Amino acid sequence: MKQFTYTITDPLGIHARPAGQLAKLAKSFADTTATITKGEKTVKLSQLMMLMGLAIKKDQEVTITVEGPAEEEAAAALKAFFEENL
Amino acid sequence: MILMQGKGVSTGVERGKLYFYHRADSTVVKCASDNLEEEKRRLVDAQEKAREQLEQLAEKCREEAGDESAILFETHALFVEDEDYVECIMNELEAEQCNIEHAVQTAGVQFAEMFANMDDAYMQARAADVRDVTQRILNNLMGIVPGGIDSEEPVILAADDLAPSETIQLDKSKILAFATQGGSGNSHTAILARTMGIPAICGLGDSIRPEYAGRMAYIDGETGRLVIDPDEITLKGFQDKYQKQVEMKRLLQAMKGQEDVTLDGKHVNVYCNIGSPADVDAVLANDGQGIGLFRSEFLYLAASDYPTEDEQFAAYKAVAAAMNGKRVIIRTLDIGADKQADYFNLTKEENPAMGLRAIRICLNRPEVFRTQLRALYRASAFGKVAIMFPMITSVWEIKECRRACKSVMQELQEEGVPFNPDTEIGIMIETPASVFIADELAKEVDFFSVGTNDLTQYTLACDRQCNDLGKFFDPHHPAVLRALKHAADAAHANGIWIGICGELGADLTLLPTFLALGMDELSVSPASVLPLRAEIRKSIAKTCDLKLLEC
Repeated sequence: MKQFTYTITDPLGIHARPAGQLAKLAKSFADTTATITKGEKTVKLSQLMMLMGLAIKKDQEVTITVEGPAEEEAAAALKAFFEENL
Repeated sequence: MILMQGKGVSTGVERGKLYFYHRADSTVVKCASDNLEEEKRRLVDAQEKAREQLEQLAEKCREEAGDESAILFETHALFVEDEDYVECIMNELEAEQCNIEHAVQTAGVQFAEMFANMDDAYMQARAADVRDVTQRILNNLMGIVPGGIDSEEPVILAADDLAPSETIQLDKSKILAFATQGGSGNSHTAILARTMGIPAICGLGDSIRPEYAGRMAYIDGETGRLVIDPDEITLKGFQDKYQKQVEMKRLLQAMKGQEDVTLDGKHVNVYCNIGSPADVDAVLANDGQGIGLFRSEFLYLAASDYPTEDEQFAAYKAVAAAMNGKRVIIRTLDIGADKQADYFNLTKEENPAMGLRAIRICLNRPEVFRTQLRALYRASAFGKVAIMFPMITSVWEIKECRRACKSVMQELQEEGVPFNPDTEIGIMIETPASVFIADELAKEVDFFSVGTNDLTQYTLACDRQCNDLGKFFDPHHPAVLRALKHAADAAHANGIWIGICGELGADLTLLPTFLALGMDELSVSPASVLPLRAEIRKSIAKTCDLKLLEC
């Protein structure tokens, strides 16, 4: 299991476009699940509508947890995506 | 040769494939299903198709508008297969043992509500994305083509008749001409065709058969003839006429930029009638000097719920701004009669033309009226907007309308929202009552505009939707023309201007009569502007007489 936390800097938070890209990215690692936790709520990154439903805003902290055969690679790619886009 | 004879209601000749309008029922009806596997298979197909459509849209966007909007469509494509959304559809399907359409609709509503209930304006707006995606899947399931025309090339659109709410949603770029079984010269298909400047024939009855679909046809909107496989002489006739049409259009271009003035110096404002902001392009292309009638119904008919103030404001402002200081007369809601929107929940009437319609609905439902007036006044800050009330029969009605305007202006003032307090207010003269009391009405308003279609209907007791009245429905009837005179005299005696915004305005045979009556404005379909201008510039107002008013 790989885990990292990230504080959102994008003024719009995790809005539709990056959420869509995140969901797409998360799905690209076979047999590996990535979840996102905000407060007490956790959803899979691939659950696009639920992810948007978390309404994650600027300055909020989220925790990403990745589990599966490709977790190293997936965690690195997701971290890079967050840093670059969110 | 197959020759079909109807009534020509919009002139011009065209050649194209016949396409029958496919009326798909877009309302989802729940029904039981005993084959859930089949329902699931249909969903998979519809999703597959939706994904392909969205990918194509994204690609098109990327070429034309860049990455930003393309990514939105890609997000929609992900929505289509979102696991929670699909799970919700499946759960509903299993629980209700119903048709897949109902399950999709239910899931769509649930997820749209989830977004709508979030306390973040951006996320609330995503409810629209969910609805959009849901509607796309439903359209695919039910075989509905957005725009109504599933053809790559423009076609001659054939239909039994088209309701205003249907014509609004048609993809106009795909239509060369209209050919309908029912309808009349005053039906909305005819009005739309004249606005678009394309040929239309109505009243073809059973002669136009569905098996002609896809056949190459020739249509002449003047003679009312529709022909498949024309013989040599007929074909030659069409080709000659088409050539003349092209030549005439070229000649009329010379009228652009010219003044609307008779040889003896009488000015007439030649304005345009439009039905949606999209029609403004045609107004500008034909050099219309203003908008004499902007029918606001499109906002109501194309919607499934009352349009919001902001939606209306955006549409009115767009037209006012595009006309760049030229007058834009916007008519308030004229719904009822043949124009119906379900959410108004109007009681079905035996005789809707004389029922609760237009201003009567507005005065009965102050909230609907207030929303529209607020949008109109807000738009008045962005151009020369004028407000026009339809179906006026009494002085108290216009007084009440003015009170409503005043209270809206007061609200806007208090909110610090800009508007033009001197926005002109006018009324339609379209009932015999308004003609009889024109003198009193003129004291209450800034202008009159005669709706000749309804005025003819009410004066002659002839239903304008009825196709078989033939010679009895005569807009040139001396009674109608005398009504015009009565209204014009009353207007001028009280120092206000009067125009015509009905179809009669474009009737060149009546131009001398209108000039003799002293009509100040004629509002016609955009395609009629240049021919009318050419005729005005040839006329001498002083020599025009009122002979046609005699019986």
